[in-house]
Amino acid sequence: MIAAVLSLSTLGAVLGLILGIANRTLRVEGNPVVEEIAALMPGSNCGQCGLAGCAAAAEAMAAGRAAPTICPPGGKALAQAVAAKLGVALDLSAVADAGPQVAAVAEELCIGCCRCAKACPTDAIIGAAKQIHSVMLEACTGCGACLDKCPTDGMVLRPVETGLAQWVMPRPASA
Amino acid sequence: MGFMNLFKTFFSAHWGIHPADDHKRPAADQPVRTMPVPARLHLPLQQHLGAPAKPCVQVGETVNKGQLLAGAAGGVSAPIHAPTSGTIVAIEEVIAPHLSGLATPAIVLAADGRDEWCELTPCAEPFALAPEEIAERVAAAGVVGLGGAAFPSAVKLAGAARAKVHTLILNGGECEPYLSCDDRLMRDRAAGIVEGIRLMLRATGACRALIGIEDNKPEAIAAMQVAAAACPEIRVAVVPARYPMGSEKQLIQTLTGGEVPAGGLPADIGVVVHNVGTALAVRAAVVEGRPLISRLVTVNGGAARAPGNIEVRIGTLVEEVLAFAGGVDDAALARRVLGGPMMGMQVAHWRVPVTKGISGILALDAGEAAAQAAQDCIRCGNCIEACPMGLLPLEMRARVAAGTLAQALDFGLKDCMACGCCAYVCPAHIPLVQYFAHAKGQLAADERAAAKLDATKQLAQQKQDRLAREAREKAEAAARRKAERAAQEAAAAAKEGAKA
Repeated sequence: MIAAVLSLSTLGAVLGLILGIANRTLRVEGNPVVEEIAALMPGSNCGQCGLAGCAAAAEAMAAGRAAPTICPPGGKALAQAVAAKLGVALDLSAVADAGPQVAAVAEELCIGCCRCAKACPTDAIIGAAKQIHSVMLEACTGCGACLDKCPTDGMVLRPVETGLAQWVMPRPASA
Repeated sequence: MGFMNLFKTFFSAHWGIHPADDHKRPAADQPVRTMPVPARLHLPLQQHLGAPAKPCVQVGETVNKGQLLAGAAGGVSAPIHAPTSGTIVAIEEVIAPHLSGLATPAIVLAADGRDEWCELTPCAEPFALAPEEIAERVAAAGVVGLGGAAFPSAVKLAGAARAKVHTLILNGGECEPYLSCDDRLMRDRAAGIVEGIRLMLRATGACRALIGIEDNKPEAIAAMQVAAAACPEIRVAVVPARYPMGSEKQLIQTLTGGEVPAGGLPADIGVVVHNVGTALAVRAAVVEGRPLISRLVTVNGGAARAPGNIEVRIGTLVEEVLAFAGGVDDAALARRVLGGPMMGMQVAHWRVPVTKGISGILALDAGEAAAQAAQDCIRCGNCIEACPMGLLPLEMRARVAAGTLAQALDFGLKDCMACGCCAYVCPAHIPLVQYFAHAKGQLAADERAAAKLDATKQLAQQKQDRLAREAREKAEAAARRKAERAAQEAAAAAKEGAKA
């Protein structure tokens, strides 16, 4: 009886000590969830959420200060992923998700001022002074940072066209 | 019934399905009809697996039959040639022969009726060619796998040579019900197929060839045996008729006993599989220098008035093929299918072109389409018995329906080849294979999205770096100018001082 009590107490003490040491030496600085969410985000720091870039938005979402639906370029897909990561309920009714979008230049309005190209976080807009600009679709994330910069309202967002290569067979209606 | 038969009954593979009526006859017994060249041909740039071909002709250009219209773009791709002589009238989007009904870029060729060949480069001594030269000629002719997947054949030949395969398997299984174009080719053009096989043996370095033919095609078996009699390295192997025997992995297992590892290639176990129709196209490409510009297509189904096999130029609209074949009974038509009934694609209309990979045009009537409402899964396990890949379709379907694709992957979703056996046997009529097609498409889309996200991050980082570098350079330049000005001023001051 005494041997059992002693051995279990010793075991508990030793393991507790190891846990205590591990807590000191292996402590994780910062919240790993923030980094995980930041990895999910577009990373273009477009600022549409009203915060200072994607890292700040990830921090706000992890701390519960911002809703998972805060990122417009991320859309529904990102909101769902973040909500699943944080384990919070998600109200998607507020997200006006038009699906993935890309910017396009209205060529009849473009005056070649280069302001949109400077604003683009991914350098997706090419063009020189007094030349009509163009959007490289592969690089555009549809963040809309260029829209407000255009003095002639010549930038528009339009939905990404689904080609054969992007088409996904719809899920059958469940029985 | 001897012991061996009993043994076979108990220990042979229990997979797949065996439909009571394979609907292959009477279409298979009709002689091949050759369709005349239509007025316009629509040639999608993407008729094969891999990168779409790149057009190398202009609108308005006149071309001869067999002339290159679009070149291969990249390692896995195939060129496209003019199926007849005429004028390029457009390079535009046409509706693809695809389930989605979406458009795809295509070259539109107006035939001039002369049907005149361009200059071909035949080869008098094809067996003197080096293996690489054979693969090059096959690549230049735009030959792709004619069984349905349309993988560029030259890539497969070269890959097999690199992997040092020992066995070449010719797929004459044609296990899909209704289809009989391979059967017809083997009956009518056995000698050409055997010559193609000998060229493929040379190209791959394999030492033997097995022609796997299902036992429901006795005429084809007899014809191939006669044609291959003079070649000891080529053997006709009769396999039981059982769907999906014509699937690469199942045919390999039946003929050699070897199993292709999950996620691997047949070359991993020293085997390469080509369709018998591909062998014929290889012969035409190597011996005559003729590109792939036509193929045999089975027209069949309860609503087709005159089922049979038709030699069709690539790019012919399906509706024109059907009109030539005798028409369709529109009142009876319930479902339009391109390819076989098990793995083919349902399409909304017939105004799509025949591409290199289309083996059948099926006009199914209501009895054949047999559309029934899905009910709840009763966990009977029929799908597990039917699955030729040994998967658990009912478990995978539950995961896909719940949207947890990662778990479906753990159940082997990647190994599913979408043969449709599970959906065929399901007593609750659950469209299992459609769930898996959706899941695979969704996974691919997720991968593309992740790749785009990575690229975006990289681009954003590059822009940040560039801005930082520009600011630094500007500051350095300003500092340099300031220093120069200070030096000048100092020099001027020194001069003034010296003067004074």
